[in-house]
Amino acid sequence: MTAVAATLRSELIGLGGIVERNIYLTKRYFLWDLAFMVWTIANTLTIVFIARAVHVSAAEENRLATSLLVGAVIWAFLGIIFEFVTETVAWERWEGTIEYTFMAPLSRSMHLFGMGAFAVLYGLIRATILFFVVAAFIGIHMPDANYLAAFALLAIASFSFIGIGMMTSVLPLISPEKGAQLGFVMQGMMLVVSGVYYPVSVMPQWMQEISKISPATYALRGDRAAIVHGAGLAWADVWPLLIIAVVAIPLGLAIFKRGERYAKQHGKLKRSG
Amino acid sequence: MSSVVAPTSIRTSAPNDVLAVEVKDLRKEFRRRDRKAGRFARRRMPALKGVSFTMQRGECVAILGQNGSGKSTLVRLLSTLLISDGGEARIFGHDAFRETRAVQRLVNRVSVEASFFKKMSASENLSYAARFYGMGPAQTRTEIPRILERVGFPADRRSESMENLSRGMQQKVALARALLTSPVLLLLDEPTTGLDPRSKLEVQEFIKEVRVEHDATILLCTHDMLEAESLADRVGLLDRGELLFLEPVDDVKRRYGVATLEEAFFAATGREFEAEGSEDDEIREVFG
Repeated sequence: MTAVAATLRSELIGLGGIVERNIYLTKRYFLWDLAFMVWTIANTLTIVFIARAVHVSAAEENRLATSLLVGAVIWAFLGIIFEFVTETVAWERWEGTIEYTFMAPLSRSMHLFGMGAFAVLYGLIRATILFFVVAAFIGIHMPDANYLAAFALLAIASFSFIGIGMMTSVLPLISPEKGAQLGFVMQGMMLVVSGVYYPVSVMPQWMQEISKISPATYALRGDRAAIVHGAGLAWADVWPLLIIAVVAIPLGLAIFKRGERYAKQHGKLKRSG
Repeated sequence: MSSVVAPTSIRTSAPNDVLAVEVKDLRKEFRRRDRKAGRFARRRMPALKGVSFTMQRGECVAILGQNGSGKSTLVRLLSTLLISDGGEARIFGHDAFRETRAVQRLVNRVSVEASFFKKMSASENLSYAARFYGMGPAQTRTEIPRILERVGFPADRRSESMENLSRGMQQKVALARALLTSPVLLLLDEPTTGLDPRSKLEVQEFIKEVRVEHDATILLCTHDMLEAESLADRVGLLDRGELLFLEPVDDVKRRYGVATLEEAFFAATGREFEAEGSEDDEIREVFG
């Protein structure tokens, strides 16, 4: 085996190790995850029920409920990705394992991709369950929905989300106490400009301009079109997501490495609580 | 008794003709909040003040020191977890701050806190750690039971959550984790602090066996003078970030004309040696 192939094999085993570790932890905390799932369902219901309170035709009410459901599910999906990628660093600090992880000969890119890969996998499963449970509960009809296109677009958007997640995952290294919470601030900021429960066109012009660089804008627009109108994958939604991913992933890695260097200079890797 | 030497396929190679550890004028300081001087004021806290020493391959060196003397900082610098403010550190010829990947392949560490994912079992924690060193499932399936058996960990508790294990048991798993990756330099940062006497003896015996059977160089940081004397070829004293001496125990005693290391400490520093708690407590304060 050549040196390059051996290194690649070793890196992929390391990436698999991150996914494997998260599977172990998900199994151990299954009941907690179940409780969190119930909370997410309840939270989503509070949003989707708004459609029932609007006095419009049944068809329009159904369309509005579907649109709100897509927004709430993408909010939850993004929340899971940010939570996993950001909390993984925070969790490792809390458990005290972070020093062992950071002194291991695994590239930071593989480390972060491992966290992102599991987050996307887990997020897609939970988002799918959430979507169908709430749709069934409210009684939403989606006869034209193109689930495959919606799922594919969410998978494509995941690369951008992981890149942005990498940027926020460094926060617990810089601020061990409050860094993880800042990840949720980022999530909220991104969704508010992306039209999570409303069209982007209702926002002020300057917010509409910002929405163009948010991957959630294209994920929300494309997924709504696929679920409500049965549209296929639109290149107009795909190419911005690919470009944002190409920029966000290297940028996320660079920011994380910068943060790691800061943490190593100031002794922030050390467990503090 | 089986050997702890890992299979050839996963053993890391290190050149024989270079020093295992070469530290020159190593310096590190941290900044600490200084509320007396102002809300955002910081003052510099030197942790290491120009430390220099070398270690030969296969040697066991103990660094003694009280809380806050800089022992843990030294270990963290050598294990690529901190970046120095000056000086050099080489591990088997590799720069610890520029060739981090090469150094990481050669080094592993056991610290005072046996840090694990508490809800995961010993086997799962070891498996997770081993993946980072390129050990696939086929290797760990055989290696993890072997190494756990080697450190005296009961086979019927391998699948039990770490949170249910005693401190001594957890420290055995920490040793197994370090040895599983076959490090040629083992950094032991107060590995027996807080252990009950029996567990402490077991861990010390195991360290002795590792030295004999495993091709490892050991840097042991401790405030236990008896432990240092019984395990190390040479003993160093780190005091307030300065390495006051590093030589065989008999030479230390002869130099100061004393019978014990404790007396040597007093002679070297003019202060009593008070070994209390873990140095990490002090570091935590510094980092605060």
